[in-house]
This record gives sequence, structure tokens and C-alpha cells, in this order.
Amino acid sequence: MRVMGIETEYGITNPDRPGSNPILMSSRLVSACRAWAGESTTRWDYGGEDPLQDQRGMRRSRTSATADMLTDAAEFDATAGGVTLRRRRGSWEDPAHLNAVLANGARFYVDHAHPEYSGPEVSNARDAVLWDRAGDAIALAATAEYEREEDERVALYKNNVDGKGASYGTHENFLIRRDTNFDDVIQFLTAHLVTRQVYTGAGRVGLGQRGETAGFQMSQRADYIEAEVGLETTLRRPIINTRDEPHAERSRWRRLHVIIGDANCMDVPTLLKTGTTALVLAAIEAQDTRLGTCVLRDPVSDVQRVSRDLGLRAKLALTSGDEATALQVQRAYLEICRTYVSTATDAYVIARWESVLDMLERDLFSAAREVEWVAKLQLLGRMRSKYATVDALGESTEAPWADARLAAADVQWSQLGVGLVARLERAGAVEVLFTPEQVAEAMTHAPRDTRARLRGDMVSMRPDVLDAAGWSTVVLDRDTSHGDLEVVHLDDPLATTHPILDGLLGG
Amino acid sequence: MAQTHSSSQSHEDDIPDAPAAPTQAASSDALDDLLAEIDGSLQVNAEQFVRSFVQKGGE
Repeated sequence: MRVMGIETEYGITNPDRPGSNPILMSSRLVSACRAWAGESTTRWDYGGEDPLQDQRGMRRSRTSATADMLTDAAEFDATAGGVTLRRRRGSWEDPAHLNAVLANGARFYVDHAHPEYSGPEVSNARDAVLWDRAGDAIALAATAEYEREEDERVALYKNNVDGKGASYGTHENFLIRRDTNFDDVIQFLTAHLVTRQVYTGAGRVGLGQRGETAGFQMSQRADYIEAEVGLETTLRRPIINTRDEPHAERSRWRRLHVIIGDANCMDVPTLLKTGTTALVLAAIEAQDTRLGTCVLRDPVSDVQRVSRDLGLRAKLALTSGDEATALQVQRAYLEICRTYVSTATDAYVIARWESVLDMLERDLFSAAREVEWVAKLQLLGRMRSKYATVDALGESTEAPWADARLAAADVQWSQLGVGLVARLERAGAVEVLFTPEQVAEAMTHAPRDTRARLRGDMVSMRPDVLDAAGWSTVVLDRDTSHGDLEVVHLDDPLATTHPILDGLLGG
Repeated sequence: MAQTHSSSQSHEDDIPDAPAAPTQAASSDALDDLLAEIDGSLQVNAEQFVRSFVQKGGE
């Protein structure tokens, strides 16, 4: 069991008016999402955040803060027994219209110039896939509502690049023990994040941040990773991000924020992306000494090297002085991780991990049902043959990677609902792990084994007494003698019960 | 298929050619059907579509 979650920023366009304002479209989409959810939605609770925790590792002292910075005053009173009071604030201060907290425990909101779905906390990789798919289905339902309300079209893309230099993220979050040495995470997770691209890559037409050079590579994100470690997510993006905002009891937990990953439209990559990383983290927490064999000498340049190595034969330099291919590094991690299998899902992840590595090694295109970049390369390879040119001597030349039809298909691949991968899925050409009924259920129901259950059930069953919700708070607004809002604290992500909330939920 | 790769990469020698897609795969019919479906729209407006797909950076 490993608490985790996925955040997805979608690309957004009006197909009929390409220059439309993305911030406006995104906020209208969130409104449409709230309309789709009906009564079953609440506002986002910004109050639960720690306003004095500086990202640079300092914390501003309470005495040097101005009164308006102390938005959290009552919230950090540990003697209050899990519930604190909060004075009401004017509704004009409320940015809630840019947010929707949903019955499945997720948050749908505007992040910069993109709509974002932050999935609920789940306890395992299979659930990560299911609630990620649910997010795509919710976003699609919101577009249908948007098109009815606004009488104009809107298209969402689950990708990470526009080919003009912009990149937007798909982030994974993993809860790790606070006593884990963060230097160990940096040292021993890096090579995993660099080499897992062989099965997590979504495929991309174009090399370089602006696609300056024609070609195809495994990963959407590789060309935007420029540092080994750092706080940034929008420039000089690092392999290991050091943001320290656990949304849980700080003394026990750290939230590892992984920003290197691609948005995946296929299920097996999402399963492996989260499942293998969770197992490697278990090995790091256990201080497994075998991890010392998996340290790269030049990890940042290896990100691009692996992404461009479609033949899977490039040698990466290790600090030990040896060399290994990305597949060999992945094999080494796989062997280490066998030790840390503790659930049926872990065992399933190991089995799928091994079989995907086998397929990639034996015959690349045998992995086209499972691995997204391989599926995309197969389709685009077929297009290149279809659009081949024949010269006067009857000599045939495949369409070059610079052909706009290939770049267009690359973007259209990831459009929600009608994209090329969605159509391949309907034709049975790519593997899905859940039925449409299971996905529909996860659109309106939260996982049962994390605190998302309390948040989601309150949204769906007691919106009448709900003021707002955040990752670690549920804010109640009901008739009381004190007249204040009540903030219920859920600092343990694995807490699935709370006396007050269970009382309100009738059981 | 050497032209599929950037010649500006300093580690060019490391990079083997992209494998050619098999002409007959299990999902061959699905791929051909899909290519036939999208052929019309790609022929007409691929370039304009690619040019107009502009996003702001995020995260």
C-alpha cells in the first residue's frame, strides 16, 4: 500500500477559433464541470494550506508575519482534537469559481492556462489508473456541458507539448516516510525516472523544445527536463522535484512530486508509471544496498538520450564505471523490487513490468497494445508508408518526419473522446484495464481506502452542511452555538473514518 | 531510416535507427481503417491545424 495520486493538465482549444483565451475557456470548463456535478460539488478549501512554509525550505516566523498572512491561525491548534473553528470570510474573497471538488474525491480546477484534474488519493497503481481514467471521463463530460452552455466547441488534449515550446505537466505524487533520507531518493530514484521512459513515453513527433529538428522520440517531456534536482516546475525542470508540501502530517510524511512523466492515454503505461515507482520507493525506504548499481553518471543528458533511442540499444554510463542500456537498468530495478511485493497489485505490477520489458527487448512492435510510444510509432510508421512519394524511377521514399500530417496526427492522438488512441481503443487495438462501467462508477465514487472516501462521500451525500474541502480538511457550515465554520482535519491520508463525518454520513 | 534522427545530437552514434513498423500486425486492420478515416481531414488542413495548436506553459 502506497498513497499516491495523479494530476493532469489538459491542453485546451476552441477548434473554430484557435486564438481563444485559454484561461477564460478553462474557467468556463470548470463552471461546466460544476454544472455537470449538480449538487455534488463543493468549493476548494485554501485555508488548510500552510501560508508560511516557504518553498525554499525556510519558514517565516509567526511574529514577523503580518496579520493578513495568518489565514490559518486556528488551524494549527493541536489541542483542538481534530476540529478547529474558523471565522467566516466574505464571499468576495473566494476563488471557488475556479474550482470544483467532486464526489469521487478529485479536484477539477484552473491551473495557469489549463484545466487540471487532480485525482483522489489512492492506495495502489490499479486504482491510480481507474481514477485517472475517471478524470478523463469527467473532463469529457464537462466539455459536453460547456458546448451546450456556451454554444461553441472546445477540445481537450491529454498531452504535454504544443510543439512551439510550451509544456504542461502530468504530475505523480507519492507519499514517502519523512525519515527517508532525501539524498537517497535523489541518488537511487533518478535512474528509474530516466529509464522508465521505455514504457511510460507517450511518443512525440519533433526533437527539441520547439520541435526544431524533425524526428520521433519516446517522450513528450524529455526535452523539457534540464536539471537533476530542484524546486521548479515551469523552468529548468528537474528530474527530482523538491517541493515539500505533504498535505499530511509533516512529522510523518513527505510527498514526492514527480514532474518528469508523460501524460498517458493508455492504461498499462499509467499502471507501470505509478506501480514501478512505488516499488522503487519501497526499496529506497528499506535502504536496499543493491540500489547502488543503479546510479547514472549523466542523468540529465541521459533523459534525452533514452528518449531518442528508439532501438533501445544506447549505453548509459553508470557511476560504477560500467555501462548499461535503459532496458538493463530497468531489469536491475525489477529484480530489486521483487523483494518489496506486499500486495496482489504489487505482484501484478511486477508481472506486467517484466512482460513489457521482454516484449520491448524481443520485438518492439509486439508491445504496441501496451506501450503508448510504440503504438503511436506503429501508426505513424504506417502513415509514412501510405504517404510515401515515388520518383521517376519508381523508387519509393517514406514521408519524412517533417510532414505536417504526422505532426497533426501526433496532436490528434491525445484528444479526449475522439482522438486517435481513443479510436484505436474502441477498435480493440490497445489494452484497457477497466470496463466503461467501472470508469463511470469512479467518476462519482471515491476510493474506499483513503481519506478521499470521507471527502467524496461528504460531497455526494451532505453538500447541505459542506462549506469547502481540501486535501487534508473538510469544512462544515451548519447551525452551531458558536456560529463559526468547523474545520475537520484529516491529516492521515489513510484515515477512512472520522467520528463527526461518519455521524453526518449516517454510519 | 537514418533521416529520422537529429544530426545535431552529439551522441548520434549511440542512436540506432528507428525500427520499421511491421507491415502486417495483429491490429493491421484497425490501423488501416483509422488511417482511411482521418486521411481526408489530414490532407486538407494538417498544416493549419499544427500551426494553430498553441498552448501556454503550465504547472
